[in-house]
Amino acid sequence: MSIAFSATAQKRVEKLLGHYPDKEAALLQVLHIARAEFKTITPEVMEYIAGLLGLSPLQVMDVVSFYTLYPRQEEGRYVIQVCATLSCALLGAESLVDHLEEKLGIKVGGTTPDKKFTLKKVECLGSCGTAPVMQINDDYYENLTVEKIDDILAKLP
Amino acid sequence: MSEKYFLHNIGKPESKSLAFYLANQGYSAWEKVVRQWQPAEVIEEVKKSGLRGRGGAGFPTGMKWSFVPRDSEKPKYLVCNADESEPGTFKDRYLVEHEPHMLLEGIAIASYAINAHSAYIYIRGEFAHGAQVLEEAIAEAEAKNLLGEKILGSSYDLQVTVHRGAGAYICGEETGLLESLEGKRGWPRLKPPFPAVVGAFKSPTVVNNVETLANLPLIFTRGAEWFAAIGPNPKNTGPKLYCVSGHVNRPGLYEFPMGKNLKELIYEECGGIRGGKKLKAVIPGGSSVPVLRADQIDVSMDYEALAEAGSMLGSAGVIVLDEDACMVNALYNLERFYAHESCGQCTPCREGTTWMVKILKRLEMGGGRPEDLPLLEDIARHINFRTICPLGDAAAMPAASFLKQFRDEFAAHAELGRCPQRR
Ligand SMILES: Cc1cc2nc3c(=O)[nH]c(=O)nc-3n(C[C@H](O)[C@H](O)[C@H](O)COP(=O)(O)O)c2cc1C
Ligand code: SF4
Ligand code: FES
Repeated sequence: MSIAFSATAQKRVEKLLGHYPDKEAALLQVLHIARAEFKTITPEVMEYIAGLLGLSPLQVMDVVSFYTLYPRQEEGRYVIQVCATLSCALLGAESLVDHLEEKLGIKVGGTTPDKKFTLKKVECLGSCGTAPVMQINDDYYENLTVEKIDDILAKLP
Repeated sequence: MSEKYFLHNIGKPESKSLAFYLANQGYSAWEKVVRQWQPAEVIEEVKKSGLRGRGGAGFPTGMKWSFVPRDSEKPKYLVCNADESEPGTFKDRYLVEHEPHMLLEGIAIASYAINAHSAYIYIRGEFAHGAQVLEEAIAEAEAKNLLGEKILGSSYDLQVTVHRGAGAYICGEETGLLESLEGKRGWPRLKPPFPAVVGAFKSPTVVNNVETLANLPLIFTRGAEWFAAIGPNPKNTGPKLYCVSGHVNRPGLYEFPMGKNLKELIYEECGGIRGGKKLKAVIPGGSSVPVLRADQIDVSMDYEALAEAGSMLGSAGVIVLDEDACMVNALYNLERFYAHESCGQCTPCREGTTWMVKILKRLEMGGGRPEDLPLLEDIARHINFRTICPLGDAAAMPAASFLKQFRDEFAAHAELGRCPQRR
């Protein structure tokens, strides 16, 4: 049950610490590394990171719960985030969400039973000039249409 | 000025490499500054250029730097705000991904001016690709001793660190950002003290936007006077990025001198309104600024002219809405954003935004009442200026302006109890 970072991740953390005047400041970056390593930020992960940075687990929990990019529940292999803010909404984001819900057979916030996809609606992704936009894991997909979405999903292994 | 400064490398993927940047006089301004200039002279030159912050508030950059106490024993910090999350804004992402060295050169000049030896680039968590580009650019610049220790034979050291955010609009606000940089939740701080005196890690800190910093190499290559001559008047100088989204034929990122005419931008550069429709409304400076009606857009996009027109330049995120757009639904969308992004510290902001969403939802979907309009105005009034940070005002301003400018449309919704476009 005890968890630990891989050797590469540990090296990255060590290097990070040299960039801040105190350990606490590295927390957000260490949580990004944890997300890459463990996918889900579980209570064990929080406790482990707290130990690493000399913080209380509660302090780590407080930060994790404030931000949207540290998943506390298991998510699908592909997390689809559709922007629903104004510029995207003006160009049909809502109908894209409807299409995805129907296609994947899940509601916004849900994960497919095979754990392949999680569907989310998010706020402005900073790409309004190529609206409507979605992000799948770290990648942006822009100027979306229903056909384009079908094509993109079909190509994901 | 038809010459492009930020966007001249569009379509050249190699623009992000150090080799390309160096081949185009890149880092020559930095080399000159670090070898020959005194920090105080750098600040004077930036003051002379007239450069104002491109993050939204338009604060004069040189003046901001001059607030950093010279004699303080504490370390100083330069923080680049690359959080870019104001709806309608998408300029900093381009610079980060395609001109990372232009940004790093600007960061180096700014850090030198305030005598900082650590700089942080706070980049929104979703820009994972941008963060990667920056990491690589920093490594390239360090390898050539353009950053790092004893830069280019001088006695000046600078470490630049990429700090990724994790999904929270409020971390774009400079004090929320500083909290987040320190590893905490992004709860904005009461000002004063201002960051220039007590900022990151209780030390003097300057927070500047990506585009602001990216102007610096230009100022020190061509000179402050040359820079100050660009734009409509001495208070609005330099080149400017404009983000256009919504119902235009050619949405996207544009570069013109400060003070581009908004009507020209929409009808000439962006090819007018999609599908030959008529224009209804324009939000000229990102979602937080007051909306303009179609008859108000013959205006210079500068700080003063837009203020006179009843709006603001903000982040120059121009959102265009055509005649078919429902203004109640648009405001509902925006207030949902603010309610979601309110950090919850102040009651008027937290409760006010949630309440506005509830009312706008019923006006749009069903159950709206005539009393809802004065109620919305009342809530907006009560948020204004009663909060720790400007997010409260940013949520109140669109509500007040939408209701004022498009009264009839809101009244029609209230009368019918829902949106006339919905069945
Ligand atoms: C709610 C809110 C969100 C903001 N978001 C951003 C942002 O994403 N990027 C940015 O540069 N400035 C943002 N700002 C403005 C910053 O607080 C700050 O004024 C700016 O980074 C200063 O840089 P400048 O002087 O170069 O413009 C925001 C302000 C508020 C109130
Ligand atoms: S105004 Fe809103 S976002 Fe700003 S500190 Fe108060 S509650 Fe938080
Ligand atoms: S509104 Fe969707 S990316 Fe900005």
